[in-house]
Amino acid sequence: MPALPLDEAGKYVAGAYVVFVALILVYVAIIGAKIARIGREIGELAAEDDE
Amino acid sequence: MIAAARAIARKDLRIEWRTKESVPAMTLFTITVYVLFHFGLDRDSLDGELASGVLWVTVLLAAVIGVSRLFAAEREQGGIEGLLLAPVDRTALFVAKAAVLFLYLCVVELVAVPAFALLLLGPGLGGAFPELLAILLLGNLGIAAVGALVSALAAETRARELIVPLLLLPLLVPLLISCAQATEPLLRQDAGPEDLARWLGLLTLYDVVFVLVSVAVFDFLLED
Amino acid sequence: MHSKGLVPLAWASAVTLTVAFALVFFYAPLDADQGFVQKIFYVHVPMAIVALGGFVAGGIMAIMHLRSGDRSWDMRSYVAIHLSIILGFGVLATGAIWARASWGHWWVWDEPVLVSFLVVVLLYCVYYPLRFSIEDPDRQARYSSVFAIAAGAFVPLNFIAVRLAEAYTHPRVLSQTGGSLPGEMRLTFLVALLGMTLLFVTLWKLELTAKNASMQLKKLRTRARVAA
Repeated sequence: MPALPLDEAGKYVAGAYVVFVALILVYVAIIGAKIARIGREIGELAAEDDE
Repeated sequence: MIAAARAIARKDLRIEWRTKESVPAMTLFTITVYVLFHFGLDRDSLDGELASGVLWVTVLLAAVIGVSRLFAAEREQGGIEGLLLAPVDRTALFVAKAAVLFLYLCVVELVAVPAFALLLLGPGLGGAFPELLAILLLGNLGIAAVGALVSALAAETRARELIVPLLLLPLLVPLLISCAQATEPLLRQDAGPEDLARWLGLLTLYDVVFVLVSVAVFDFLLED
Repeated sequence: MHSKGLVPLAWASAVTLTVAFALVFFYAPLDADQGFVQKIFYVHVPMAIVALGGFVAGGIMAIMHLRSGDRSWDMRSYVAIHLSIILGFGVLATGAIWARASWGHWWVWDEPVLVSFLVVVLLYCVYYPLRFSIEDPDRQARYSSVFAIAAGAFVPLNFIAVRLAEAYTHPRVLSQTGGSLPGEMRLTFLVALLGMTLLFVTLWKLELTAKNASMQLKKLRTRARVAA
């Protein structure tokens, strides 16, 4: 049976899990941005190559 | 290897004897820190845990000064290239530097511990010996090993003065814990060792691990 | 550009973590003393264990680097440590939240996991300035590996020392860190731990892939420039 009372304790527990999920999301976002940049630069290189 | 280590150590000690740069500074520093603690804690006399803590934190802070200067001679006169060109085992260099640091710490403590007893310690030092001696020696050994390693690690970086304390002090936390816990019952009103075996055991483990690690990795430092 | 195994790993992590969260909130019973707050334990402790493992793994990879001279090991070591530091901050944050919820203070000194992590994170934070203040890439890799090994050896020693010290100053049954868990709690905890480990490996592979791609790109670039 679900234990989700949104009382005092709930705030803190939610906080802890939010921290965890936020860490993952921020991290993945950063790596995603890095990969996007790499993709773009490969595109540029390929374009230069065509010239 | 031992001969090489002895030669390097002797050179360092001779330089220190001539220039007197590290040891007096470290010693003076400990006295200054005692004064700071007196004012900071607003206490005339300490015993037990507080005494133990103040003594050991002061020793660690003084060690930072010594560690920062450990490779100073080589850096300033370009001696490192000379050392590395000679067919000297890197381990000898580590042993030499660690031995030098160990000796510095012993000399500093020869002054700093009685000074502490004079200035801040409530109960006398009588009940603390000979156990305190064992703790000091084992503690100095750990500080010397880790200090030599950190000094070499930081030797080539530009931000040397910042990196040494930031690396050295956290690494020394287990040593601090062992030494402070071991010393605490020796500095009480009713002095007598308690759980000494446990803390000395941990301290010995720490020393062994870090001597082994340092010897193993030292070859990879200060190469060119 | 995906390294092999990355996508299935990512799916495995996501699924395991989702299952874990479901178990936490719908299956694991409420703790007798701490009530709902104890649920934080399922995220705090697995993060701690995985981070500690990551630091030690980083040390082992550093040993491989020094022994083989192959810089890709150093790269692996760097990413493992980098991820573990991030997790370490997460441990401190969730630990502080737990402390606040349980005892009313944002920090407590009698939780050995929390206290050890403070020291460990303080130490590993120096990894970045140490690493990036050395310009020569070969030397940078070597010195970083030395640090990773020394710090990796330090982590268990530190944990032991802090644990022993806290047992003295704050004698308390360390029930929070899983002394003896009833069955449902143990299962939930293990699933959470598995999910956290899978997540770590996934993110590690992901970042390594990005770094390798970036390095290859740089190489191609210089080659293209030379050819032009």
